[in-house]
Amino acid sequence: MQTQTDIQSILSEKQLDINRECWEHALHTVTADQVRRELSNPAGKFSPDRLVTLLSPAAEAFLETMAQQGRDLTVQRFGRTIQLYAPLYVSNVCINSCRYCGYNKTTQINRTRLTIEQAVSDAAVIAGEGFKHLLLVSGEDRQFITTDYLCALAGTLREQFSSLSIEIYPMSQDEYTQVFNAGIDGVTLYQETYDRNTYADYHVAGPKADYDSRLDAPDRYASAGMRRIGLGVLLGLADWRIETLAMAEHAAYLMKRYWRSQISFSFPRICPATNVQSEWPHLVSDQNMVQMMLALRLCFSDAGIVLSTREMPDFRDNLMNLCVTRLSAGSKTNPGGYASEKGAAEQFEVADDRSPHEVAKTICSHGYEAVWKDWDASFHSLKGVKSLNPSPQ
Amino acid sequence: MKSLIIAGREFSSRLFVGTGKFASSALMTQAIDASGTQMVTVALRRVDMDDANDTMLEAIDRTKYQLLPNTSGARDAAEAVRLSRLARAASGIEWVKLEVTPDPYYLLPDGEETLKAAKELVQDGFVVLPYINADPILAKKLQDVGCATVMPLASPIGSNQGMKTKASIEIIIEQATVPVVVDAGLGAPSHAAEAMEMGADAVLVNTAIAAANDPVQMARAFKMATEAGRTAYETGLAPKSAAANASSPLTGFLREI
Repeated sequence: MQTQTDIQSILSEKQLDINRECWEHALHTVTADQVRRELSNPAGKFSPDRLVTLLSPAAEAFLETMAQQGRDLTVQRFGRTIQLYAPLYVSNVCINSCRYCGYNKTTQINRTRLTIEQAVSDAAVIAGEGFKHLLLVSGEDRQFITTDYLCALAGTLREQFSSLSIEIYPMSQDEYTQVFNAGIDGVTLYQETYDRNTYADYHVAGPKADYDSRLDAPDRYASAGMRRIGLGVLLGLADWRIETLAMAEHAAYLMKRYWRSQISFSFPRICPATNVQSEWPHLVSDQNMVQMMLALRLCFSDAGIVLSTREMPDFRDNLMNLCVTRLSAGSKTNPGGYASEKGAAEQFEVADDRSPHEVAKTICSHGYEAVWKDWDASFHSLKGVKSLNPSPQ
Repeated sequence: MKSLIIAGREFSSRLFVGTGKFASSALMTQAIDASGTQMVTVALRRVDMDDANDTMLEAIDRTKYQLLPNTSGARDAAEAVRLSRLARAASGIEWVKLEVTPDPYYLLPDGEETLKAAKELVQDGFVVLPYINADPILAKKLQDVGCATVMPLASPIGSNQGMKTKASIEIIIEQATVPVVVDAGLGAPSHAAEAMEMGADAVLVNTAIAAANDPVQMARAFKMATEAGRTAYETGLAPKSAAANASSPLTGFLREI
């Protein structure tokens, strides 16, 4: 009988989640010739060796070639289009104590939870700006942001939005199934770091301290039928090259097993937040981040590449021409921040505060179309949705 | 060039075009115009059929083009059928390009679910143009349930690889009783000409035009290639021969004696 390999055993077999040494060694022994050879292979197919080569320090000298290939591949697969979405923060209450996060429960900030009516008011502002893709974001606030809350909110928002996703705490498979049936079709959940020791250092208390439960969450939501799987690591916590390798293994596993769902990668770099330290051991430079994005693009031709308003306008604008496929715009990272000026505390400081209209105009000036709608709520039947994806083992 | 009839409607152009991947609606409109097409497909996921001001729909002149909504993104028959019905209710358009593509990466069509959806949609009065793998038996089954065309793929969508499924498409063309539209993977005008020379009734092109450096010029190039291929097919290509056929044969002297 065939046995299913789960992501934990893949990562530990390859020592991607505990032992960096072998990977560091591999990355640092790649030569310029190897990079040149790799770049002459057809772009878009993943293998661990290819990714190691493209992420290596030796590949830094080939960034322009990677950029040309990445741009061409992105235009071929996604066209000259960039999709826009907006986040809607519904609660900044959190029971976790993550050392990098503005919502850390030990931090004294103005905490707010939006009632369904308040969330609908915020969403109305977002819809008024033209958005059709909405991401609901919350701290780990299970008491208030319950599945019932999410189902009720989704039921109302479905009329205005083509696609609703969530970026909240990990749920059980049953809970994911309930919210999927209510019209939520995507989940973004960052592992933050694939390095177990680093993970333990930063996630000191609360349910999020459980590395394995978080690692298994994409299996649970993909099994529930979610169409969009959003992966990411918080850049700044650990060596970005090894994090990228681990995330890619995770993605490759999910793509094979839950083949009906689409993967996207996000690239959150640690941002300043209230009462959060400002020194980080593994800050990722612009150049490193571009290498990371391009290396992933050149291994995953059809993965979404997502960029939030954590990044500066200039940097975001330049990345439009490389390989980005989805941008947020006009984001408020404080609950209630759209409908009212005086909102609660932000999760992080937004670096690009241009209006969605301005961002759309910039996309256009770069020779791309800003796509507001790339899904339709009528794909989704509210009743009797069955998951087509397999169950996690 | 003979015109093409699909479900009673006459088309003088045998090039159908897709509307995704363009840098702007304005460029899309110009490229559509330059292609000379009369059939334009649009993904229902990209447009709002209820919205009279939808920028993409606004950019397509429905008096000039048959608008062909497609169900791209549907994972199974139920989704494709639901989407088609809602689109028809909003727009009155009965034509649908049926796409059931559960794998979001290669967007390869699910034959089983496509057949299921096609049956239901035909019974419901739709003019169904299904996107399929180059599977001759599936093509027959789809024509048997009343589809208006079959649309086999030349290679994976958006891949620009050309006629990779040529051997199977030849069989479909040989056997089909409905028009055969070669869809997906045609990356160069020569690919379109090749399909038309083989006897395909039409071709559908999107990425190769939309992602070209100059989509308008590329649309023109595909127009000419489609016409060239079709004209060659209708005229009948000169027979191929493995051996050279000398214009001054060695035995010519025998006639001179």
